[in-house]
Amino acid sequence: MNLLEVEGVSKRFGGVVAVDDCSLSVAPGRITGLIGPNGSGKTTLFNLITGFIPMDRGSVRYKSRSIGGLGPDRIYGLGIGRTFQLARVFPRLTALENMLVPVRRAGLRGLLSHAQWGHERERAMKMLEFMDIGHVAGTLGGSLSYGQRKLLELAAVMMAQPDLVLLDEPAGGVNPALLERIGEDIRRLNAQGVTFLLVEHNMGFVMNLCQDVVVLHDGRPIARGTPQEVRADPRVLDAYLGA
Amino acid sequence: MTALRAPRRLRSAGLLALLAAALLLPLYAPDAATMNLAVFTMMYVGLATAWNIMGGYTGYISLGHAGFFGFGSYALGLLLTHLNVPGGYLPFLLVPVAGLGTAILAIGVGWIALRTRAATFVIVTIAFMFMLQLLAENLVKLTGGGAGLAFPVPPWGPDFFITPFYLAMLALALLGLGVSWWIRRSKFGLGLLAIRDDEDKALAVGVPTRAFKLSAFVISAVLVGMIGGVYGYYVTYIYPQFVVDPLIGISMVLMVFLGGLGTLSGPVLGALILEPAQLQFAYRFGASRLYLVFYAAVFLVVILLLPRGIIPSIAERLQRRRLAL
Repeated sequence: MNLLEVEGVSKRFGGVVAVDDCSLSVAPGRITGLIGPNGSGKTTLFNLITGFIPMDRGSVRYKSRSIGGLGPDRIYGLGIGRTFQLARVFPRLTALENMLVPVRRAGLRGLLSHAQWGHERERAMKMLEFMDIGHVAGTLGGSLSYGQRKLLELAAVMMAQPDLVLLDEPAGGVNPALLERIGEDIRRLNAQGVTFLLVEHNMGFVMNLCQDVVVLHDGRPIARGTPQEVRADPRVLDAYLGA
Repeated sequence: MTALRAPRRLRSAGLLALLAAALLLPLYAPDAATMNLAVFTMMYVGLATAWNIMGGYTGYISLGHAGFFGFGSYALGLLLTHLNVPGGYLPFLLVPVAGLGTAILAIGVGWIALRTRAATFVIVTIAFMFMLQLLAENLVKLTGGGAGLAFPVPPWGPDFFITPFYLAMLALALLGLGVSWWIRRSKFGLGLLAIRDDEDKALAVGVPTRAFKLSAFVISAVLVGMIGGVYGYYVTYIYPQFVVDPLIGISMVLMVFLGGLGTLSGPVLGALILEPAQLQFAYRFGASRLYLVFYAAVFLVVILLLPRGIIPSIAERLQRRRLAL
């Protein structure tokens, strides 16, 4: 049984076909990498899955439930978290407040209660420390370094305990030491049962971390398999080298 | 966040003293002119605080809140005339009903206006306000049109006349402050601030942005509508162009910008500074609208020198000094 199933999804922007009859699935408990040349539709596919843009055709099912047509907030509520390219955090909220924004299954009482009370705050601090950024809890998001923002974004998404997390270029613009740590964090969260689907250009990172790899080209998958299989696939070399 | 952090005890004592001073003002105010000034100042404390719940927390700048002010005013006036309510304390008890009417209007307006963002939202709110003004002028059978709408005349003598209105305005201002304070500390309020910072990101972490924005908009409008009701009763005669007045809408915005957008005390401070200054200016230079020049000047100064408002600027300076020590 797959956790996420994308079936025949298409999206065109004017005359450009960004995602073309795309089908792929994500198995629970695994780290799946989504790679492909620039403009192959990876981020668009993320936006379609998370409800940020409506799809023209096709269906997306999560835990066998159709989620096409739901808004991003509802989809997050069902347990699909996501991060953005270039790390987006709330610049005028502190790191701790950033952690407390995520809403999942909060009733009216939960929404009206004090934002910084009790166990949620405790969990937020624990998660910040898990990511090694506990010392910046009181710093405004906008004053954090790029690397800290990347870690904070991931930490905040984890606050609502999603089952599936979509990461858009977790390794983008990050120095090698931090890269190592982000990879390690993803692996540790994965060991706790979180499934990941990630878009990435850094091949070394993907080949090290991912158990499954899907290659997207011109909006449709052209190859899938283990990192070794994909690396040896001639169609993948063609797509990247433009032969 | 707002913090000019004094020790907690000192702060509570200070706040209590302020509250006592405000409550007891009718006892020591020297004359009716001062009381009149106090009514309008308190009115703007309430209006700016209410506007800030939407404009300050979510960053959605509404220039049409005067529409809700006027609507609340007309709602109470019509209620009183049609029910034949005599002047006295009873009309104050009906102010929440005017608030309820404003809520229904605000749900409709917000539902449409909040499909837009940024500059488009500003323009839609302005358009709404002028539509309401036109309606108030032209639905003559309902509103009396340009001839105005009369409220029942309160029975109080000249010495006491203003006091009930002052206390009503004070009560609404305190209600607004209480609501604003509550929201600022809640998870709901945190969601509003997240919308202000990055709305799409907020959606991505599960904040139901549409419901949150609409709730803030309606809460803000209801407070403004109720204040409009008390205002109408105070001035006893209302006309479309004076209650659905763009200047009222702009004043509350300016006060919030001056004091500090998105802070609890900023709108209060802005109103306490600007409204007395404006009334003084209008008094000095007669009935001309010269005080508009004054407003424009204040606005320019704020944008140039204190773009974030007084409270955040002071807080930042204090923080810097503390770090330097």
